[in-house]
Amino acid sequence: MQDKLMSADQVVGGLSDGMTLAIGGWGSRRKPMALVRAILRSDLRDLTVISYGGPDVGLLCAAGKVREVVFGFVSLDSIALDPHFRAARQAGTVQVAEYDEGMVLAGLRAAAARLPFLPTRAGLGSDVPALNPELRTVTSPYSDGEELIAMPALKPDVALVHLNRADRSGNAQYLGPDPYFDDVMCAAAERSYISCEQVVDTDELLRTGPLQSLLIDRMYADGVVHAPNGAHFTSCVPDYDRDERFQSHYAASAADGAWEEFRNRFLSGDEDAYQAAVAAFQENQEVPA
Amino acid sequence: MSTAATRAEVCAVACADSFSDAGRALASPFGAIPSLGARLARSTSAPELLLTDGEAALIAETPALGEESTAEVEGWMPYRKVLDTLAGGRRRVMMGASQIDRYGNQNISRIGGWDRPKAQLVGVRGAPGNSVNHTTNYWVAKHSTRVFVESVDLVAGIGHDRAADCGAPFHDVRVVVTDLAVLDFTGPGASMRLRSVHPGVSTEQVVERTGFDLATDAVTETRLPTERELELIRKLDPQELRHEEVPA
Repeated sequence: MQDKLMSADQVVGGLSDGMTLAIGGWGSRRKPMALVRAILRSDLRDLTVISYGGPDVGLLCAAGKVREVVFGFVSLDSIALDPHFRAARQAGTVQVAEYDEGMVLAGLRAAAARLPFLPTRAGLGSDVPALNPELRTVTSPYSDGEELIAMPALKPDVALVHLNRADRSGNAQYLGPDPYFDDVMCAAAERSYISCEQVVDTDELLRTGPLQSLLIDRMYADGVVHAPNGAHFTSCVPDYDRDERFQSHYAASAADGAWEEFRNRFLSGDEDAYQAAVAAFQENQEVPA
Repeated sequence: MSTAATRAEVCAVACADSFSDAGRALASPFGAIPSLGARLARSTSAPELLLTDGEAALIAETPALGEESTAEVEGWMPYRKVLDTLAGGRRRVMMGASQIDRYGNQNISRIGGWDRPKAQLVGVRGAPGNSVNHTTNYWVAKHSTRVFVESVDLVAGIGHDRAADCGAPFHDVRVVVTDLAVLDFTGPGASMRLRSVHPGVSTEQVVERTGFDLATDAVTETRLPTERELELIRKLDPQELRHEEVPA
């Protein structure tokens, strides 16, 4: 079996400017944050990001990596809004394609099935069609004659997801309560990279969870990254919960000046330096800025 | 017991009433008082409602708000299943609204222009799909002319005029519960009508805090919680999260 183990920097080294990335997880839950941090360290720019958005979108906006966000929402869950995404929108520095959450799923499912579109009711009558002038409707050819939104396929170049376990060939397992849309994103994308808490031997996968927890099959995996604590500061249940204290610090640091300090302290080195700085933050029981 | 009901408690009961005929459907309340309302409804008028633990588990019991759920789990409801369930219609939501107009068009996405908004909010979320697929109600914790506007900056949840234009067969926006009143859409041309004012609130106060003409021809008073409901409310919300949303 092909060994697909690689580093986060190797994954990002294979990406190019202007690419469309689908980023897994949901809000501030099981986001591939170590891969996002690797993008922050790179020279990549002009990215289009498809995401059930959380601090992944916020950090990429703060670093000026994003041309367009394709989204239904951007939220930190326990904090309603991401300050960097807000700031980028309000400054007009990032474009958006805003859809209903179900439309994003329909677009990804269409891409995964190699269909040009999927019909959906979501979006009808709302301002979503006006926000996305390329959207068209489709009329049922059957006797009901219903007019529906024809959600076009959302085709990412690359999907980036983080799961609890994977083997070296890219069979990957989620152990929390929700798979989110990681498998659909991987099936929709040209290439997919999976970071995980633990790389295990294939025969160990079923020791920790049932058969149906094996969410992603190796046919979709182009690379596997060992990234312990790699979803930090988002949750990665049952390995760890969201780091609420750190998330508060992240959000509060979005202000000018404070952000430079945050960036210098946490985002100026490699992933090991990040994890060490986070450990120090936790050890000091620091009160968020 | 038997201290008078607070405004938040009147609101909770009004929210509960919005779930009372939902039957066997997934309840999706947003906000403390709608969450309390859904739990109250399941404990009284709507025992068949399905409730989640706030993540992906359906819970068989009705635990108190704000506590780590140790309730027995009866099913699995990850986000993908929520999206599929809502398309099938067996769901009832009570969403928030940053803005809402006289026909029930709702905005939670942004304030101001589209390219460079004055205030970027959360995004349209599931509002377009919810409002076009199943019964959708709204909760507004602070009734004001900032929320009740002549025209919303962006239509996320669709109102009755938009629904009529696109022939949405499952559109069903019924009520807006606020800290002052219960409003519905039985006014002229399915416009907003003031159904009831909460005890201590006048029709004039509601009209003054609403940024468009409101039908006010048959205003009643919102009902008070029963003794049993008050008891349940205090049991279901021991941390009084309801009073953080609507001060006592």
